Parts: sequence; C-alpha cells; structure tokens
Amino acid sequence: MSLKEKYEIVIGLEVHAELNTKTKIFCGCKNEFGAEANTYVCPNCLGLPGSLPVFNKQVLHHAVKAGLALNCTIAHKSKFDRKNYYYPDLPKAYQISQFDMPIAVKGYLDIVNKQGEKKRLGITRLHMEEDAGKLIHLTKTGQIADAEESLVDYNRGGVPLAEIVSEPDMRSSEDAYLYLSAVKAILKYTNVSDCNMEEGSLRCDANISIRPFGQEKLGVKVEVKNMNSFNNVRKAIDYEVERQMQMAEAGEAIIQETRLWDAGKAKTFSMRGKEGAHDYRYFPEPDLPILETSAEYINTIKAELPELPLQKAERFISQYGLPAYDAGVLTSEIPLADYFEKVAKLSAEPKLSSNWIMGDLLAKMNEAGEADIEKVKVTPEKLAKMLGLIKNATISGKIAKTVFEDMYATGNDPEQIVKEKGLVQITDTKAIEEVIDKVIAANPAIVAEIKGGKVQAMGFMTGQIMKESKGKANPQLVNELLKKKLGV
Amino acid sequence: MAITKKDVEYIAHLSRLEITEEEKVMYTEQLSNILEHVNKLQAVNTDKVEPMIYAIEMKNVMREDVVKPSLDKQKVFAAAPSIENNGFKVPKII
Amino acid sequence: MELYQQTIEELHKALTEKKIKPKDILDSVYQRVDAVDHKVKAYLLVTKELAYTMAATAEDRLMKNENVTELTGIPIGLKDNMCLEGVPTTCAAKMLAGYRPPYTATVLKKLTAAGAVFTGKLNMDEYAFGSSTENSSFFPTHNPWDLERVPGGSSGGSAAAVSADMCIASLGSDTGGSIKQPASLCSVTGFKPTYGRVSRYGLIAFASSLDQIGPMTKTVRDNAIMLKHIAGADENDSTSAAINIPNYLKDIKTDVKGLRIGLPEEYFIDGIQKEVKEAMQAAIEVYKKLGAQIVKVNLLHTDYAVDVYYVVAPAEASSNLARFDGVQYGLRDTAAQNMIDMYKRSRQQGFGKETKRRIMLGTYVLSSGYYEAYYKKAQKVRALIKQDFDEAFKKVDILLTPTSPTTSFKIGEKSGDPLTMYLSDIFTIAPNLAGLPGMSIPCGFDEKNLPIGMQLLAKPFGEQDIFNAANAFQYATDWHTRRPKI
Ligand SMILES: [Mg+2]
Ligand SMILES: [Zn+2]
Repeated sequence: MSLKEKYEIVIGLEVHAELNTKTKIFCGCKNEFGAEANTYVCPNCLGLPGSLPVFNKQVLHHAVKAGLALNCTIAHKSKFDRKNYYYPDLPKAYQISQFDMPIAVKGYLDIVNKQGEKKRLGITRLHMEEDAGKLIHLTKTGQIADAEESLVDYNRGGVPLAEIVSEPDMRSSEDAYLYLSAVKAILKYTNVSDCNMEEGSLRCDANISIRPFGQEKLGVKVEVKNMNSFNNVRKAIDYEVERQMQMAEAGEAIIQETRLWDAGKAKTFSMRGKEGAHDYRYFPEPDLPILETSAEYINTIKAELPELPLQKAERFISQYGLPAYDAGVLTSEIPLADYFEKVAKLSAEPKLSSNWIMGDLLAKMNEAGEADIEKVKVTPEKLAKMLGLIKNATISGKIAKTVFEDMYATGNDPEQIVKEKGLVQITDTKAIEEVIDKVIAANPAIVAEIKGGKVQAMGFMTGQIMKESKGKANPQLVNELLKKKLGV
Repeated sequence: MAITKKDVEYIAHLSRLEITEEEKVMYTEQLSNILEHVNKLQAVNTDKVEPMIYAIEMKNVMREDVVKPSLDKQKVFAAAPSIENNGFKVPKII
Repeated sequence: MELYQQTIEELHKALTEKKIKPKDILDSVYQRVDAVDHKVKAYLLVTKELAYTMAATAEDRLMKNENVTELTGIPIGLKDNMCLEGVPTTCAAKMLAGYRPPYTATVLKKLTAAGAVFTGKLNMDEYAFGSSTENSSFFPTHNPWDLERVPGGSSGGSAAAVSADMCIASLGSDTGGSIKQPASLCSVTGFKPTYGRVSRYGLIAFASSLDQIGPMTKTVRDNAIMLKHIAGADENDSTSAAINIPNYLKDIKTDVKGLRIGLPEEYFIDGIQKEVKEAMQAAIEVYKKLGAQIVKVNLLHTDYAVDVYYVVAPAEASSNLARFDGVQYGLRDTAAQNMIDMYKRSRQQGFGKETKRRIMLGTYVLSSGYYEAYYKKAQKVRALIKQDFDEAFKKVDILLTPTSPTTSFKIGEKSGDPLTMYLSDIFTIAPNLAGLPGMSIPCGFDEKNLPIGMQLLAKPFGEQDIFNAANAFQYATDWHTRRPKI
C-alpha cells in the first residue's frame, strides 16, 4: 500500500486579498502599489500617538460583496478587534482585525477538476483587517534569516484586506490549487480585488495535516506560509505532505508549528523559536463603533453581483455544449469568457471557438507572456472570421494555423492574410487531379505496393500530394480522388 | 487566582519589558494584591449581561473612499531614530 | 486686580471694549508663571514664542473685529498629552522626551480657530497613569494650596496652573477621574464631558473607551465657554458624537427650583474625610434653599467600579502603549543587537514604574486563559454599573457626590502603595465607566485649608443640566473665588 493510500491529506487555506479601494482601510492615504517607500503614510497608518482609525465605507461594501459571492451569511452585527503582537511592520503593535464577529460566515464554493467532477468546499469566515507594512531585508539573499538589519516601508500598512478562511475540506494539492483559482476568479469577477500575487495583493497560508484513512480526529496541523504563486502553493503542499508522511512512517511526532516555504530550495523550514507561543490578546477595538448591515443594504449589494464563474461555466456547458473542464478554463476570468462568447456567437461554432481559444490562443499568449486578452491583436471578430474561412473550406485547419500565427503577430485581417499569401484552399477537382497524377508518376514503386494490397502506404501518397499543393489542396478531395485513381 | 513570578516573567515578555529581578518580585506582589481586590467581580451575577464595550454606543461610523494628502517626507522621518533609503531601519529581526 | 487673576468672561469684556490687548494678558500670565512656577512646577514647557505669535493674531482679529470669539486672546494651558504640531508633546514620559508630533489634535485646532493663546504644556502623571502627578517622569507638581501636597492627577499640572493663576483656563483629560479629582484637590472647576462629546483625535490614548478631554476653569461660566468651543463631532474620531451642542453659556440658568438632585447612598460611606462629608451636607443645604428637590437613590454596583476600572483601563492601555517600541520615534536602545532586545530594553528604559505596572496588569487580564475571567467579566459588570445610572436618571436630573474621599495628600504618602492610590478615584470612576458627563466644583475647605470638591453628574450629553446646577451653586456661594496664597 502506498503512503498516499494509507494517509488522508487534510488541507485548509487562509487567503488574504487586498481590496480594490482608492484609500486605505482606516485613513485617506492612497492604496496603491509601487510608490517610493513611506510616501503614502499619515499619522493614522503610521500609528502615531493620538491617531485614530476611521473606517472606509468601500471596504465594507467589498467585504459584503465577496461574502455573498462566496455564499456566506452576512452578519447583521459585526465589530473590529485588536490583535496584539510586536513586529516592526506593525506600527501600533496591534492589527485591527475581526475576531469573534466577522462580517461573513458559513459559505462555500464549488470546484471542478479536470475530470469534470464537482466538489463543494466550505468557507468558515471572511473578515476585514488592515495589512502590515513591508520589510526590506538588507542582505544579498533578501532572506530575513540572513539580514543584520531591515528597513520598514509603511505604504502597505493599512491597506484593506479580506481574510478568507476555508474549512479543512481539501484533500490534495490539486484541490487547493482549484480552490485558490476559484477564490481568485470570484474576487476578480466581483471587482473586489486585483488578486495580483506578484504585487502581493493575494496571499495564501496553508494548514496541512495527515491522518490514516478512516480516522475521525484531525492530525496535528502545520501552517505553511510564504508561498508567492499558485504553483508554489501546490509544490509546498506536496513537499509538506511527503515530509509529514515520512515522519509518520518513521514513528516521529509531527509538531504543531509554522513553517516557511523556500521556493529556491523547494523546501519548507521551521520558524520555531522566532516568537514563541502566540498570545494575541484579542479584545474589541474601542476606537471603532460596531457595524450593522441592514437587509436592504445586503440586498442592494446582492443585486450588484455579476454572473459568477461557476454559473457562467454551467451556462457555457448547456448553451454551447462545452466540456466541463473547458468551461472552467474559459470562465476563469471575465474578459476571457467574454472573448469566448463573442467568438462563439459570431462564428456560430462554439466548440471550434473553444478549441482555438483554449489551444492556440492561450498557448500563444502564454508564450508571449501576455496575460491580458484585451491587449491581444487577434480580436474576437478576426478569430471568428478565420473560423468562418475554415468552415466554408476556404482554408484547411492546417493552413489556419499559419493564418493565426500571422494574425497574432500583425493583427491583420484573416481574409487579407489568406489572399496575400495565396493560402486559398484548392477545391477544383481538375487541379487536384493534376497534382495527383504528378505524384503517381513520380512514385511508381509505392503505387505498385498499394495496388498489391499495402493500403497503409496511402498515407505517404496523401502527404506527398499535400506537400506538392503547398498544403492548399482540400484533404478530403485528395483522399477521394486518389482512391479512385488507384482503384482501392 | 494568585499571580506567580513565572506569570510576571511571561507577561513581561508579552509586554516586551526587560524587567529586573527586583521588579519581578515587586510586581508579583503588587499585581497579586490588585488582582485579589479585582477578584471580587467573580461574585457578581452576570449571567444575562452582555459585555459593555463602548461607553456610548454608536454604529456605522464610516468615511467615503476619498484620498486625503499623506504626510510630507520630512515629517514622516522627523523623529526617526534610524533611517536609510526612505525606510525606518531596525536591527536583526530573527 | 491683576489680569492673570481674572476670568475668561471678564477678560473678554475688557478685550472687546479695547481696554486691554491680548499681549497684556499674556504678559501678566507669564509674569505670574515666572513668579510662582518654580514652586508649583505645573509647566513642563512654556511656549512663549508660540504664545506671543498667537496673541498677535488674536489682536489682529480684535482690531478688525473679525472672527472674535470669547476665547480670542485668552491664554490657555495644555495638558501635555495633546499633540501640537512641531511642539514637544511628551505625556510627561521619558519615552517621548523631545518628541514633536507632525500633526495637531482636533481640540487644539478648534481652540486655535477660536483665537485662543497657548501658554505651554502642563505636567501630568506619565501617560496619565496616576492620581497625584507624582508619576511624571520629569518632576512632581505641587499643590498651590500646600506645596508639600499633591495637586491630584493625572491632570495635576492643568489644575495647579489654573488654581495658581498661571493660565486663565486649561485643558485636561479624564479617564478615571483625571480632571475631576485634581480640580477638587486644587479648588478649580473641572469638567469631564460625556464620552464622545469632545474629539479624542490627537490625544495620546490611555484607555480609549474612557478618555475624554475637558476644560479646567475658574468658574462654571468660563467652563461653559470652553466646552462650547472644543465640543463636536470630528471626522477623525469615529467615537465622537454627532449630537447637537447647546450654546451652554447663553442657555445657562441660576435657578434650580424643582431640580431633582439625587444623592447616591453608596457615595456617602465610611472612610470619607469628616470635613468632606460636612461640606457635602452644606452643599445639599444650599441646593435645598435654592428650591431643589433632594432625592435618595441607589447605585448598587458602585462597590465594583474600581475593580472594573483596574481591569478595563489597563487592558486598553497595554495595547495603546504597545506602539512605543522605538521603531519610528521615541526612546530606542541603540545597543540592542536584535529586534526583541530593542523592544524590551527601549521599553524598560522609557517607561516609569506605574506605566509598567499598568501595562503588565493589562496584558495579564487579556492574556490567554484570563480574558473571560477578568476582561470579559469586567465588561459585563461595567454594563450593570451603567444600568444603575440609567435607572437613577429616571428619578433625578442630577447626581451629587463628593469628588474625592479626601482632600490632598502629602507627596510620597501613597506612592508606595498602588492600591490605596487607585482607591482615591473611587467616586469618579463609576460615572466614567458609564460615559457620563461630570463636573467637580469647589464646595469648601478642610481644617488645613485644603480644598474640597463636589461632583455633579448628569445623563449622557446632559452637560447643560450640570452647567445649570453648578452655576446656581457658584451664584449662591463664593468657594470658587478663593485663591491660594503663594
Ligand atoms: Mg489575519
Ligand atoms: Zn494613512
């Protein structure tokens, strides 16, 4: 029995998403990435003596919207609390967060795996809090452990965050990956967050444990932090699961701790001894009055919710007959989904549209390092036009690859490319027969073999004919005519 | 609930105070006396009472999401003990 | 009569009649400071340059008769826990010695807009932790009525300065009695407004759910002028109340006929100094003569107030004071080799004994395993204390109690025993926990000629009721006009 069959993996994720606002959560400083250090700061977000927080309306709006999109119950009464701990990026030495009365609780989201299987994952809560500042470690490696000194930049301090805590419902790194993708899609659909992992606007910590299959009680959980991409989350979980299984097999006790993922070394390492036990001494934030959300307020926000990723995917499946996996990929972001829908409608060929987008277009974008589909020169109109050319047999699927290649680079009209490059498909029987005759004449030995019963050699002949026609001959016609000529 | 020297050491650490041996003894005694007095509260029946967080209860005090000017650079760093490259410099963290 | 001896009202009249100029008042006040502050030691910092600039601005306004308010040209002293941009603001703490905040507290912006003149920063207990001003990191302040005694605290500097005529009025801050108790011990009129009446923005926080800034003056009428100018909702303080502010002075009454004054039984207990009891009796007689109705009431949870307070206030303080870590400002131990040592050594060196005691107490009651038993329990009992007051105010308009169980005590007398010191705020704590407005006004002297004060309480935002009752008392008596001989 392999270890994977012996142990069940249990994963819960904590996602921190920076919210899309003009200003910080408790002051009017700009919420913007990339400015010179300590320029977007004021007495409030520097935590200067005498300063007081004032809550940004938009943060509540975003949090309620995200909560609703994640199928949560919105709390009618909610409050802020102080989480007390010392760290140089936390200027008040407490973080204003929400402890026992978060804005949203008890939600879920559904994930769909490659096999098209749907799984529902629970969301424990979503709460609002302020981000900490950023530390720059003065060392060649940039690693905290090597730094003799560090610099603090409070620009990020006070940026609004939604912390989304899942139930321990994930059973593999793949589940975790899909969960994260789903959370990201939802937050982007609702325009609540940019979810840009490179800029740190989406961060994720994982709680990982294992237990023998059949055991009810959860194993000792290890918290893994510092994973800065979805792929790293997957790798870190795989590494950590393997580590824990090996320990369990060796009869060693797994200890509850926080470990950091080191992407360079592809390992997690213990943070033990860093701060000792946490005792955050949460208590209600007296500087901020309670929040009450009326049914009317919640309903107004509910009405603003767009069609969400999963709803859209389900619609794509029923309306366009797409496979579940394709529908999932195409609905991961609104612009991509919109792109697909336009192409599908203009071309009236949804499956062909999906194939071209999922295959050639996304591959090309990936290769070019382009993430924004709206910047791609191949507009939905042009792609639809090209699909039309395939459909009416002006070009073959193979020729279309050449046309697409050109179109991606230049943004030219597909018809124009076909015309200029002389790529129009030959459907004239006479012209094709001429080519066939030429090829038959040049390959008497093979012709003889075919006639002698070795039908497999037909493929070679077809290839030669297509080559001779520079790929322009209609492959079906070639096949038909050749068979006739050779009498097979 | 008597407070021990060990408790005092723990809360001094949590409070980030490097107190002296002498202070440990003094605070153990003084905090014990205060807490002994405070323990009187345990006798009050508060079964149906909600904890009071605010002296005067208010709700939904919020501001618009509108940018306000941030502090000038020289004001940000005017009182800083150590700065470099527009950052507040601190010693080794771990 | 010297200008420094006069009230805001008197000086305002003289200013608008062009008999004097703001500079004349300031000269007089500073002359007095120079003469007596080496004995009283109320000022931590005298801001002469700033004050004369402000006086010149005030004079300009008076000359042009533009934006003239009752406070234009009036010299006011400030407790040193209110941020004034560019001016050292220390909370009388070594930790913040020399610290100049980059912004100004809302109350000080309001006073500036009214044309007031800031004479300087006044001494206090470090971070407002104390009832005697002995906990100042720099030096203790002396009671002008007896220099060997404490002025009370934590706004001891603010009380002593008004009492000794070293400013015309001052601002203090009150968490558990820090305006009312020193007002009582120094014989001035001190007001702690309803929680939320005055913005806390720029007030260096002690206990956020209790702190309130208030005026300390020579008369009730002056106090009404001051409160009108500093009160009001502030977009920078989410706990400041958007509730209409009456024109306190214009609406003030001297008539208390039919006013229902409640005497809470629990506030007239054994252990109160005999003369304090007698002064209270006399005050009750005054009110009876004026036609007020005296009603006995009960505040059943009074006995728990000090206990609740010494859980809630240190808990909030331990969190509020965590920011003093030496990273951005304030004292830093530069020899520390790592962050945790830097925190621990900077804080150990920067904080005084009482500050550390309160931080540790507050940390303890919030720490894992004790939160429910202490903090949460205290917040529940706090609710009961508030309920008591709500009930009482269904029967009466005003509550009358002593401000402090005793008159001023000797410097050093109680400093060794924190618990005894904490009990000196026994009468001011409960109303503060309930967020109520409360005023202390002079109502007599003991055998040693030490001042006695009485506390007047009203329901939330009932400041006008207190002004009326207190004004009637000052109209009928002259205790508030007496000044110490120094
Ligand atoms: Mg968090
Ligand atoms: Zn700010």
